[in-house]
Amino acid sequence: MFNSLQDRLQNTFSALRGKGRLTEDDINSAMREIRMALLEADVNYKVVKEFVGRCKEQCMTADVLESLSPAQNVVRIVLDELTTLLGSTESKLTLAQNRIPNVIMLVGLQGSGKTTAAAKLAYLLKSQGKNPLLAACDVHRPAAADQLETLGSEIGVPVYRGDGKDAVAIASQAIQEAVDHLNDLVIVDTAGRLQIDEEMMEEAVAIKRAVKPDQILMVVDAMTGQDIVNVVSTFAERVDFDGVIMSKLDGDARGGGALSVREVTGKPIKFVSMGEKPDSLEVFHPDRMAKRILGMGDVISIVEKAQQAADEKQVEDAERMLREGFTMDDLLNQMNQIRKMGGLAKLIGALPGGDRMMAQQGGVDDSSMGKIEAIIHSMTKEERARPKIINGQRRRRISMGSGRSVQEVNQLIRQWGEMNKMMGKMKAMTQGGNAKKGRRAMESMMKNMGFGGGQMPRF
Amino acid sequence: MGFMDNLRRGLERSRETLSEIFYMGGEVTEDFWDDLEDTLVMGDMGAEVAMRVTDDLRERAARENLMRSDQLRRALVERLTAEFPVAERDPFTDTPSIVLFVGINGAGKTTTVGKIAGRAHANGVKTLIGGADTFRAAAIEQLQVWGERSGIEVVTKERGADPASVCFEVVETAEKQGTELVLIDTAGRLHTSSDLMRELAKVVSVTRKRAGDIPVSVVLVIDATTGQNGLNQAKEFNDALSLDGLIVTKLDGTAKGGIALAISNQLNLPIYRIGVGESIDDLQTFDARSFCEALVGEGVQ
Repeated sequence: MFNSLQDRLQNTFSALRGKGRLTEDDINSAMREIRMALLEADVNYKVVKEFVGRCKEQCMTADVLESLSPAQNVVRIVLDELTTLLGSTESKLTLAQNRIPNVIMLVGLQGSGKTTAAAKLAYLLKSQGKNPLLAACDVHRPAAADQLETLGSEIGVPVYRGDGKDAVAIASQAIQEAVDHLNDLVIVDTAGRLQIDEEMMEEAVAIKRAVKPDQILMVVDAMTGQDIVNVVSTFAERVDFDGVIMSKLDGDARGGGALSVREVTGKPIKFVSMGEKPDSLEVFHPDRMAKRILGMGDVISIVEKAQQAADEKQVEDAERMLREGFTMDDLLNQMNQIRKMGGLAKLIGALPGGDRMMAQQGGVDDSSMGKIEAIIHSMTKEERARPKIINGQRRRRISMGSGRSVQEVNQLIRQWGEMNKMMGKMKAMTQGGNAKKGRRAMESMMKNMGFGGGQMPRF
Repeated sequence: MGFMDNLRRGLERSRETLSEIFYMGGEVTEDFWDDLEDTLVMGDMGAEVAMRVTDDLRERAARENLMRSDQLRRALVERLTAEFPVAERDPFTDTPSIVLFVGINGAGKTTTVGKIAGRAHANGVKTLIGGADTFRAAAIEQLQVWGERSGIEVVTKERGADPASVCFEVVETAEKQGTELVLIDTAGRLHTSSDLMRELAKVVSVTRKRAGDIPVSVVLVIDATTGQNGLNQAKEFNDALSLDGLIVTKLDGTAKGGIALAISNQLNLPIYRIGVGESIDDLQTFDARSFCEALVGEGVQ
């Protein structure tokens, strides 16, 4: 629903095209757009005011005003400023080297996602070779300890519950428990509390005093609005946390609160949490967050994901495909890779403007991939390698085996034919020769590969 | 500690800032309008709504020759009150009634169900709780604790069960027992996850079908600290489920809940209840006028 900042600025500047140089008024109108974009992203009002002021100063320099593409330049300045503000480097979790067990304590408002984050953090650190213990110190919300226990058993991390009454006692006992059971890390999950609830804030301080955590992390919901400033400044004052975990970033919230947190408390964002699964806690990257706040898509993350998914063997495969043509197994592989990267929807959503494209198309349906997979799995090895041999009888068998209709099988085979033709064109291109012809082939290929009408058969 | 006190305390910060503006020398200047707009934005009302409200008020001030800040304050209360649609029916008192609670993770659905059920039960209404959050770990246990506290039966199934089938059984049990008010808790989900939204649409349609003539209301629970993304949330939930109304929780913090105004106004959804504290009695019927008066610092003394 929101236009990205780039689009907004493009509109502003397109009205000015033909002007030799930009005036202060032009920059002002650009700054207005930036202000609105940041406010829509829930960046705190005061932070926005200062930020826009700083950006404006930079934009008023001559090389921006007189450059050929002022829109891009302004965006670049804003992005750089934003990245700097969010912290120029990744902020790692620092645990004391000579202390066993290390202690991490989580605090935050009700419903910000502490219990889930505790389990995710335990999972992450376990995969890095730690042997964590979870301490269930939320004695206020009904069944909070049950929730932690269930999550703990899912990821194979023990949970210490104590008597379920005295949060401070549970926390201290958990440390002893960890010593007794050779756990080298204790993650203390605490109850959600409002920053103005004196009694509860006192409890948090008492827990802190009792266990002296290496790190106190505050869990902040990415959807929090302007009030985040009041919340984090009080928490910073009372419990003095070391860093922030931003939760629920898998939604479409821009997470402008991250900027406010940084600006108001100076504390770094350490992790972002983006899903229901235990492995969805990621290290925070300021540059990507800056792009997200401005609605510019997260291209680097995609590339990284693609790099993770692709290994050397697949590079060989690509060469073989060019040489010998494209088999059904290759198609299957490709689909698996897309899935590894989080499904089509996640992939497209991370592209600039991708979320809007998806909204227009009414979302992307990953289920058609499952159907194609079923069909391919019902083929023999020979059929997969040389789909040309699939005759009417084989089609019927495949259709019965996969539970899809003969028409769907036909459609897949037709689709395979098209892809193979594309491969042929690509081959012609890579083998050089007529450059113009190559470009034309590339263009038609791009068209074929376009989402919506193309590659994936729609059932 | 009365409810109005709680609400006022919750809104104190915004009141203070607004009061500052309103008392500034009595006569209004250009700065007054800028500050007013800023304050509304700070309340999570959204830059767009804030601008519209300010412009309207400004126009009205010129038309009616309102020069002093106390006059403007009254006009602002009226203006803000007018932004809220009025509820035609209260699904929690006009029984028989079935209410489904939906919303994103951590909005406060389960707690709200527990509180409303406890209140209704204390008022002598035959109440039943349905636990259709079969996804989150220990959500069922949390609900059962609430049920035990006030002696209300909780109908649910094991974790991982189909939530639609839970609802079916809840309505069936309610019918058998002659229950007047049925409150069903659902699993929290982000509005961007289309599969889970479809699942919820199925839950709603199964419940509606099984309920027959008994009215089924779908209520979105929204956290007052939510920022502009709240509007996205509400829109998606409304598109998928056609909502009947809202409940705003956690207004006892310093959050002003301005997003509630934006949602209520843009999607034409009434606010049924607001949560201003931890205890059962702190979940109260929403009154637009007193909400706005408390926000602007007028009326309640």
